[in-house]
Amino acid sequence: MPQPRWLPYLLIAPSVAFLAAFFLVPLGQTILLSFDGGQGLSLANYARMVGDLNFPTALRNTFALVIVVIPLQVALALVMGLMLQKMTRGRELVLWIWTIPLGVSDLAAGLVWLAILQDSGYLNTLLFQFGLISGPTAYLNSETPIALFFAVVLAEVWRATAIVLIILVAGIQLIPKEFGEAADIFGASPWTKFRKITLPLLKPSLQSALILRTVLAFEVFAVVYALGGRNFPIIVGEAYTWQNENQNYGVAAAYAVLVMAISLAATVIYLKALRVDPEAQA
Amino acid sequence: MSAPRKWLYVTGVLVLCAWVLVPIYLIGLGAMGGRMAVFKWPKSLAPTEASFTALAAFLKIEGVWNAALNSLIAASLTMLFSILLGAPAGYALARFSFRGQSAFRLLVLLTRAFPLAILALPLTVIFIKVGLYDTPLGVSLIHTALALPFAALVTSSLFMGIPREYEEAAWVFGCTRWQAFRKVVLPLALPGIAAAAIFAFVISWNEVFAASVLTVRERTLTAYLLAVLSESPLHYRFAGGFILIVPSVLFIFAVRKYLFAMWGVSSK
Repeated sequence: MPQPRWLPYLLIAPSVAFLAAFFLVPLGQTILLSFDGGQGLSLANYARMVGDLNFPTALRNTFALVIVVIPLQVALALVMGLMLQKMTRGRELVLWIWTIPLGVSDLAAGLVWLAILQDSGYLNTLLFQFGLISGPTAYLNSETPIALFFAVVLAEVWRATAIVLIILVAGIQLIPKEFGEAADIFGASPWTKFRKITLPLLKPSLQSALILRTVLAFEVFAVVYALGGRNFPIIVGEAYTWQNENQNYGVAAAYAVLVMAISLAATVIYLKALRVDPEAQA
Repeated sequence: MSAPRKWLYVTGVLVLCAWVLVPIYLIGLGAMGGRMAVFKWPKSLAPTEASFTALAAFLKIEGVWNAALNSLIAASLTMLFSILLGAPAGYALARFSFRGQSAFRLLVLLTRAFPLAILALPLTVIFIKVGLYDTPLGVSLIHTALALPFAALVTSSLFMGIPREYEEAAWVFGCTRWQAFRKVVLPLALPGIAAAAIFAFVISWNEVFAASVLTVRERTLTAYLLAVLSESPLHYRFAGGFILIVPSVLFIFAVRKYLFAMWGVSSK
């Protein structure tokens, strides 16, 4: 059947129009808004953002979270993925259980860990029973920033490792079995097989997982609010505060542009650092 | 595998299962226990006094039902929009080669490199002007921007998995392109499309930032919980968190067969 040349364009037109209206236009507007100083373009919003008391803390906290959470997640997801590869019975069930957090909202994940880590929560009960503490102890206030940081790390690792796992398992499934069998014949150890076969062939999946997770990690927001309220400033949380409480859309937009710039830079770095040659990607 | 290694392996799998499940069980206890359980010390790990009265009390708070309803409406609209817009694009990507295809793919992939929810900030201004501010429809539009690229990539991988020859055979038997699509391709693709739709629903149901920025009175459940977070008692927060989680767990169960098909290809 001859293909009408306009058909594919007709099919993609609605989504192109939609993404233009709700991705490209607001993207441009955020940038404009961030440079809007009342009369003409100015850097006033950025100056206010950088001069804000919470700014350096928010920046430091966000980066620290990304740097700690993402390697943990990738390592954990790799271990889980390799375990699944070996599994013969019960694979479906274990897989479902491990991917449950994928459906859990970041807000709900924060609340889950709040139930465990709050003053009279389950962690403290456990520590109490081992005789390690004498009564309810607080971890999640502004006097305990390090404990609060690790609480957020726990909640994030719990919630968002599933997405890395799924991308990696999908990648592992694409690796031909023959490679491993050949390596067995030559007497390769499991560690050598992992380093020389699995890891290099997983590069495209690792790249996608890292990009997706990093972008989302810089957006971290609700987990932190659920656990520590305003006690642990982060970039997106500051954008929310400037927009909703201070009603200052300009500074909020400056924060948004900052998040986007960092995400984009991270994406470019991953694309360069983990360059995938086109043949491996096919 | 040797016996000790096997033991280590099985233990590892079980520990990781517990790592996922135990926290959900614990927030369930927190949600069911009500006010008394929250301050009880030390806590018991068994559901001794669990009841649904605490959850029911949470649902009776003014605004919770309305918020849950708004979440449901926003998520359903997101599901509808992202499939209606995304599936045709997915089909085009799978079946045609056309000029601008790679530009379109780039546009779709670019959305992944941006924290899209942040783009809700300038939309408040426009939405106030056109009357979309503080409506579930307005929220669903930005959520569709989040879910649409995903829907397009996932459906394209689905359609690629259905051999072109099936369609060509239908043409030979006199079907038009549309008839062939409807009678041959669509029935085969439908379960996968349903999975992608459920996923769009979950994306919207869980999203916090955009929903919070775009609503004031007609909050979604996540936006409502975030807004009342600092002043509501702990057992209400746990009830809210638990109610957010339950549908997601069921949805992931419903789409479990498709999770890899979806990500395997869309991650390329």
